[in-house]
Amino acid sequence: MSEAKLPADQKDPAADPLHSDRDHPVENKAAKGMTRRGFLKGAGVTAAGTALLEGAQVFSREALAATRGEVSGVKEYGPGPVQVSLQVNGKEQNVLIEPRSTLADALRLDLGLTGTKVVCDRGACSACTVLLDNVPINSCMTLAMDAVGHRVTTIEGLAKDGEMHPVQAAFVKHDALQCGFCTPGMVMTCSALLEKNPKPTEEDVRTAIAGNLCRCGTYPKIFAATLEVAGVSSPEVTPKA
Amino acid sequence: MNQFSLVDCTTVDGALSQLNDSSVVKAAGVDLLDRMKNGTATPSRLVNIRNIAELRGIHPSPQGVTIGALTTLTEISEHPLIRSEYTILSDACGSVATPHIRNMATLGGNLLQQLQCWYFRSEEFQCLRKGKEICFAFEGLNQYHAIMDYGSCPSVAPSSSAVALLGLNASVELSSAGRGKRMVAIKDLYVHPDANPTKFNVVEPDELLTAVVIPRPAKGTRSAYQKYGEKQSNDWAIADAGVVLEMDGNVCRKAAIVMGAASPVVRHSAEAEAVLAGKPISEETARAAGKAAMQGGPLQTAMQGAQPLSMNAYKVQLFPVAIYRTILLAAGQMGRDPSAAG
Repeated sequence: MSEAKLPADQKDPAADPLHSDRDHPVENKAAKGMTRRGFLKGAGVTAAGTALLEGAQVFSREALAATRGEVSGVKEYGPGPVQVSLQVNGKEQNVLIEPRSTLADALRLDLGLTGTKVVCDRGACSACTVLLDNVPINSCMTLAMDAVGHRVTTIEGLAKDGEMHPVQAAFVKHDALQCGFCTPGMVMTCSALLEKNPKPTEEDVRTAIAGNLCRCGTYPKIFAATLEVAGVSSPEVTPKA
Repeated sequence: MNQFSLVDCTTVDGALSQLNDSSVVKAAGVDLLDRMKNGTATPSRLVNIRNIAELRGIHPSPQGVTIGALTTLTEISEHPLIRSEYTILSDACGSVATPHIRNMATLGGNLLQQLQCWYFRSEEFQCLRKGKEICFAFEGLNQYHAIMDYGSCPSVAPSSSAVALLGLNASVELSSAGRGKRMVAIKDLYVHPDANPTKFNVVEPDELLTAVVIPRPAKGTRSAYQKYGEKQSNDWAIADAGVVLEMDGNVCRKAAIVMGAASPVVRHSAEAEAVLAGKPISEETARAAGKAAMQGGPLQTAMQGAQPLSMNAYKVQLFPVAIYRTILLAAGQMGRDPSAAG
């Protein structure tokens, strides 16, 4: 398989959204009522809102089905921006993205859902965990266009009516985080585990989060929080009175 | 990642119509996106087969089981029939990478993933497998490289599912628009670097791997797979062992012993298999088989037996232990090794 050479200008880190400032917003509470993150998120959402260009290619599998028989179920998109509809946290949202956009990028940069974290960007740490049809996956290793037609749930979609999801509440109660960067991914994984297996053992929790790395080492409290939501106590992780 | 256009396909015929000498196929994309992010793959056009529903599913038949190429590793590792009758495969698929990767990664993608050698994966090194002259692993860092049957390149076979499928005597179905379908046994799927350093498998540019066909194991068959890594999850194997035993009571009629991360191409150990054939399975025979696995075996190079590189002599000790424990696990005489990964 011969592959096209990467144009030199695309090696410019500034041209790569993954290395742009937008991806690493730093909160600056000193600025009066205006945080860097808030500013950047606002800018991102505005861009998404106005980005649906007239004449942009629109992604649709229905169009694909209609032409089956002639070109037998294929359609080429991009490399420029394509309008796609993603179902995120129960809401259909239009975004204008290039085919190379990962789901993590589309969520963070185009939809302003920065709760999903990108750390390793290689599927090795699972900080970017989101649910695709209730199954935890790495959004950094999934193309956004592959999420079309599936239900995406992010950390922002867990709370209902202003009430934290039970797993979120248990993480708070058990102080199951230190720096917090792995926490959204951990919460997504543990909530998906409990959906699939409401009465897990500690071993089940360990297995479920085997790909979620926490460098602060908060694992025992994550086990305790998750098991408490399930109503399972574990002598090994329950703090002694 | 560089820009590319994405050809969205919903049918096998549609995808096949898009293949040519320069086409790059994407299933889940776990391996491909990794290489694209590393800059070692820069395709301008991807043929996206991820959404072809007909390529997903596990279909048992009286002859065995057919698994669609896009079936995820999680679906295989959790499937009741695979767990009971093809345990080596559910073990292997369940040991790969992380739970989230297994939720995405497909069987076809696992089989056709490219080498995990860090020189090959790095944009900085132009090595033999990229069509250049040099292999950097001989003089460089080679702790994860081959100990057996390597010549010009000691990178190891990376696919765990291939270890299981070789043990089960499985075949892959390759489909093309012009030539229809052909079946290729797993033992013939991979190309040894000494035969062709830049061709990793026999899949032609106009072909898709569409299914894996596994014959039904003989009555009395028991199997297991264990992977040993530096970490309990999240890593490739430094040694892995697949064992399929056709049992008659406690006597082994026939054995398949397969090693993954030992050589450039996933391999049977004819020596280990010969030790077990016609013998009862015991600690003694299992240990003898593990030891024998470090001898010759079917060879694609002139190398006889294990010949470690400067940094991987530990593998010569690890493989016999992995094989011995996995034989006893398959025979039901030992539990799963707590020091194994996954």
